[in-house]
Amino acid sequence: MSIIIDHLCQVYEPGTSMEVVALNDICLQITDGEFIGLIGHTGSGKSTLIQHLNGILKPYSGSVYFDGADIFDEDYDLKKLRSQVGLVFQYPEHQLFEETVFKDVCFGPKNMGLSQKEVEMRAYQALKMVGLEDEYFYQSPFDLSGGQKRRVAIAGVLAMKPRVMILDEPTAGLDPKGRDEMFALITKLRRESNMSIVLVSHSMEDVAAYVERIVVMNQGKVMMDGSPHEVFSHVEQLEAVGLMAPQITYVMKRLKEEGLPVLGSEMTVAEAAESILKLLNR
Amino acid sequence: MLGWSAFKKGMNMGIVKTSRLIFEYIRRNEEGDVEGITRAVDRVNLDINAGEFVAILGHNGSGKSTLAKHLNAILDPTEGTVLVDGKDTTDENEIWNIRKTAGMVFQNPDNQIIGQIVEEDVGFGPENMGVETAKIWERVEKSLKSVGMYAYRHKSPNRLSGGQKQRVSIAGVLAMHPKCIILDEPTAMLDPNGRKEVIAAIKELNQKEGITIILITHYMDEAALADRVFVMDAGSIAMQGTPREVFSQIEKLKQLRLDVPQVTMLAYELQKKGVPLDAGILTIDELVGGLKACQLL
Repeated sequence: MSIIIDHLCQVYEPGTSMEVVALNDICLQITDGEFIGLIGHTGSGKSTLIQHLNGILKPYSGSVYFDGADIFDEDYDLKKLRSQVGLVFQYPEHQLFEETVFKDVCFGPKNMGLSQKEVEMRAYQALKMVGLEDEYFYQSPFDLSGGQKRRVAIAGVLAMKPRVMILDEPTAGLDPKGRDEMFALITKLRRESNMSIVLVSHSMEDVAAYVERIVVMNQGKVMMDGSPHEVFSHVEQLEAVGLMAPQITYVMKRLKEEGLPVLGSEMTVAEAAESILKLLNR
Repeated sequence: MLGWSAFKKGMNMGIVKTSRLIFEYIRRNEEGDVEGITRAVDRVNLDINAGEFVAILGHNGSGKSTLAKHLNAILDPTEGTVLVDGKDTTDENEIWNIRKTAGMVFQNPDNQIIGQIVEEDVGFGPENMGVETAKIWERVEKSLKSVGMYAYRHKSPNRLSGGQKQRVSIAGVLAMHPKCIILDEPTAMLDPNGRKEVIAAIKELNQKEGITIILITHYMDEAALADRVFVMDAGSIAMQGTPREVFSQIEKLKQLRLDVPQVTMLAYELQKKGVPLDAGILTIDELVGGLKACQLL
């Protein structure tokens, strides 16, 4: 039960002077229940990559396998795939369109050909899961706040009961509390459904605090693939490709240079505080 | 001695001033009947000095953007006044002067760039103002150099990164020779490098050219660079002060759905466990200094 990306290449306008190699020989495996952070500067290929995972884009060469089947085979059921691999775009609230919140969330499961009862049950569960109160269900989605709208959009994907959820910068434009709430939601989804999650993010602090594995992309290639600690121990390489380490890692690196025997690679405030306090007690 | 001239100078220094600014809008249902009135900005008094770098923080829906839209006459106050360089924003005859004085940069770079070529886009503002052609090119060149984008002047904006596009947007405002630039979450859609580029460009404009900066942001580390920070909640100003004064009130900020820079949070956590550090540490240097003072380093 996994996604296997096998020597995936994408080339835009091949053979012309405008040719751009967007993905260059990507090989990755995403297993059940994994929480992966996908980072890279704008134009590094992150968005192009995720659009192959549910068949929106067709590869130039190479392939993507879901549960062992090649999703680009001619007779592969892409519609079914799209309910299993849910993609939440950046600013997903811009895609809300129905008259009421509830109808909007029903759209996905309805298209799967489920019975009306099943559709409504799923929509209800999904809205509960994202923490939206009943009083909003029959309001127009356009009357909700930005954070609420985004939750509705995510519920729309959840209602299809995907096994993999890909979120493209789900916290863009949210205030700090909204960001924390979004991560609390993602953590809850993982705990309750064993969903695999791929998080595309520009926030090194968020990635450091939440994911288990980081894939770094640069110029259409996978440049690093490892645990957050492994990845963020290569600060210079990350900076060379327009990325950074979390703010706190710079603090701890400096303290180490100043002679304080900390690791220098702490990634979160909690880790950093623990390291320093340990020294104090000694 | 602070004489009359300093006093007079002080009088003239305010670039953006709002007094008891109120903005209300009427909510209507689908039939067009009034459902209620929302007060998005509630009795805001701001007095921003020329050359200041001000950051405005606040949770989603706190009224930051609505406030910002009053500062260059996109919105008119329901009550109260907004003066930009001494001119009332409701004065129809002054509206173009006001927009020239206080330029605005928005969140999404793709919505603000219209030219096919970078230099063309930057020249659009001064051209609209009726600046003579030779002078337009001068302004375009200088503006692009100020944000480090001169080398890209013949490129298509489509080919630029987010940070580069945002710097072109800033150059477009600069070419109108503003005294003040208002930036509404200019880095929200950018990658780490893009954010760094844009913030460096903003700081440089403020420090080298003395342009007043009003930066609306959700990034606490960006706000820490400002001279003064305002925090909005429910349409009014809930907190204000230097970054140190504001960011030392961590619990209050959390209640307002905000946060503090990570280094400040670390100092706060250490303090709670009895490490004698000052409140409101904002930089790595300050933390190092503090730890040295308690002989940990």
